[in-house]
Amino acid sequence: MFKDIEHLIRLAVVMLIALIVFIVVRAHVVPRSFGQYGHYRGAALGEIASRPVALAGHEACETCHSDVADLKKQGKHVVVACEACHGAAANHADDPGSIKPAKLDTAILCARCHEANSAKPRGFPQVVTADHANGVACDTCHQPHRPKIDLQPETKGTKK
Amino acid sequence: MQIPVEGFMYPNEVELQWSILIVLYPFITGLVAGAFILASLERVFRVQAVKPTYRLALLTALAFLLVAPLPLQLHLGHPERSFEMYLTPHRSSAMAMFGFVYLWYLMAVLLLEIWLDYRRDIVLKSQTSTGFPRFIYRVLTLGSDNISERSLQIDERVGYFITLIGIPSAFLLHGYVGFIFGSVKANPWWSSPLMPIVFIFSAMVSGIAAVMLLYMLSTRLRGREIDMRCVDTIAQYLMYTFIIDFSLEMLDLLQRIYEADESFRSLDFMVHTRLWTSQVIVQILLGTVTPITLLALTQFLKFSATARKRIYAVAGVLTVIGIFAMRWNVVIGGQLFSKSFLGYTTYKMGFATREGLLPAIALMILPFIILWVLVKLLPPWPDAALSASGATAAHGTS
Repeated sequence: MFKDIEHLIRLAVVMLIALIVFIVVRAHVVPRSFGQYGHYRGAALGEIASRPVALAGHEACETCHSDVADLKKQGKHVVVACEACHGAAANHADDPGSIKPAKLDTAILCARCHEANSAKPRGFPQVVTADHANGVACDTCHQPHRPKIDLQPETKGTKK
Repeated sequence: MQIPVEGFMYPNEVELQWSILIVLYPFITGLVAGAFILASLERVFRVQAVKPTYRLALLTALAFLLVAPLPLQLHLGHPERSFEMYLTPHRSSAMAMFGFVYLWYLMAVLLLEIWLDYRRDIVLKSQTSTGFPRFIYRVLTLGSDNISERSLQIDERVGYFITLIGIPSAFLLHGYVGFIFGSVKANPWWSSPLMPIVFIFSAMVSGIAAVMLLYMLSTRLRGREIDMRCVDTIAQYLMYTFIIDFSLEMLDLLQRIYEADESFRSLDFMVHTRLWTSQVIVQILLGTVTPITLLALTQFLKFSATARKRIYAVAGVLTVIGIFAMRWNVVIGGQLFSKSFLGYTTYKMGFATREGLLPAIALMILPFIILWVLVKLLPPWPDAALSASGATAAHGTS
C-alpha cells in the first residue's frame, strides 16, 4: 500500500520543502517593522522624517522679500505659496548669499495652471496660450506676483 | 499625441489607462478557464466522446495560464515587485488577492492534474529517452518509478478529486476577473453583479472553441483523421454554452435598457457610435449570432463530415474573435465615455510601445510556443513508442 502512494508522498515532501523555503525567504526579506502601523514599513516614517528639509516655507521667504510679499497681497496669487512656483528653497534660505533659486520661464510655468481646459472651474482665469501669447513670455505683460494688468490697488483694496 | 475628444471629458479621462494589454488579460485567463472546463467534461462528467482533447485541453490551459500574468506585468512595470503580493499579502485588495487565486490554480490544480495524468508516460519516457530530455523526465518522476496498476488507480482517484476542486477553482479564476470589473461602482459600463457570471460563460465559450480549433489543427498537422464524434460533441457543448452566455448578455442589456438610469443615454450613444463596429458588428453579429447559427445548423441539417469540419472551424474562429471583441468592448468601452456622461474620448493604440500592438501580438504568440514545447515534452496523444513498450494506451483504465 505504502509503495503505491510513494510518489504522492514524494510530491507532498517537495511541496512541503517549497513551503518551508517560502517561509524562510519571507522571514528574511520582509522588513521587521512591516505592519507596525499599517500595510507599510513602520521604520519608513523615521527614515522619511530624518531626510533634510527641502521647503523653507513662505514665512522664511517673506522675512527677506517683504516687498514681494506686499505686492502679492494685492493680487489673487496671495494664496499661492512662494515655493509653488520658485521650487523648494530651503538651501537658499539657509545660505541666501551663495545659493540662488533658478530663474523661471513664465511661458511654461504659468501655463501649468492657466492653460485652458473645460474641466477647470468657469471663474478660473485660463487661456489657450498658443492664441493668447504665441510664445511670448507671460511676464512681458503680467507681473506674476500681481498678475492683473489694470489692477488699481488704491481703489480695489487688498484681497484676502 | 493629440487624442480626439468629443464633448466634455474630465482631464484624467482623456487618455485611457487600461490598454490592449488589459484586454488580453481577461481574454487569456478566459481561455485557461474554458480549456480546463472542457477537460473536466471528460474527467468528472464522463463525456467519453471528448476524450481525445482531454490532455490537449490541460496543456492549453497551462500554456495560457503561464502567460496570463505577463500583460499585467508589462502594464504595471516593475515585475520584480509582483512577488511581494505573496510576501506581504494585502487582504483588502481584490487585485492583490489575484496572486493567490493564480497560484492556487497553477500549483494546486493544473500542474498537479497534469502531473498525475502524465505520470505513467513520464516514468516510461524517463526509461526510454536519452540525454537532456531524460534528465527532465527523471526530475519529473520525483524519483519514483512505480507505475503499478494500483498506483495508477490511486492517481486516477486523486486526479478526479483535483478536477472536482478544479471546476470551482476555474470559476473562481475567471469569475474573479469579472469581479474586478463588476465591482467598479463608479463605472456604469462595468458595475454589474452579473459581470463575473457573464465572464465565466464567455470564458467557457472561448476555451472550448480554442481547444476545438487546436485539436483540429494539430490532428491535421500530424496527418491523422479528426475524430468526428469528438468534434461533434465539443461543437454541441460550445453551442449550449454560447446560448447561455448570449442569453445572459442579452438579459443584462434588457435590464439596462428598461432600467435606463442616468448613464443610459450616454452609453447608448457610445454603442451606436464608437463601439458600433466592435460591439454590434464584430461581437454580436459576427462573433456570436453567426457562430451560434452555424452550430445550430449542424444540429438540424445533415452535413458531410468535411462540411461539418469547415463549419466548426469557421464557427470556432468567429467565436474566439467574438470573445476577444467582448473583452475589448468591456475594457476599452468602459473608458471611452466621461463619468459626467457628457463626452467621449478615443483609444489611441501605440505600436512598438510597451503597451502597444506589437507586445500584444507577441504575448498572443507566446502561449502557442509554450504549448508547442509542452506538446513535445508531454505528447497529448497516444504515443506509439510508449504503447510499443508494452503498456496499455495512456489513461485507458478510467
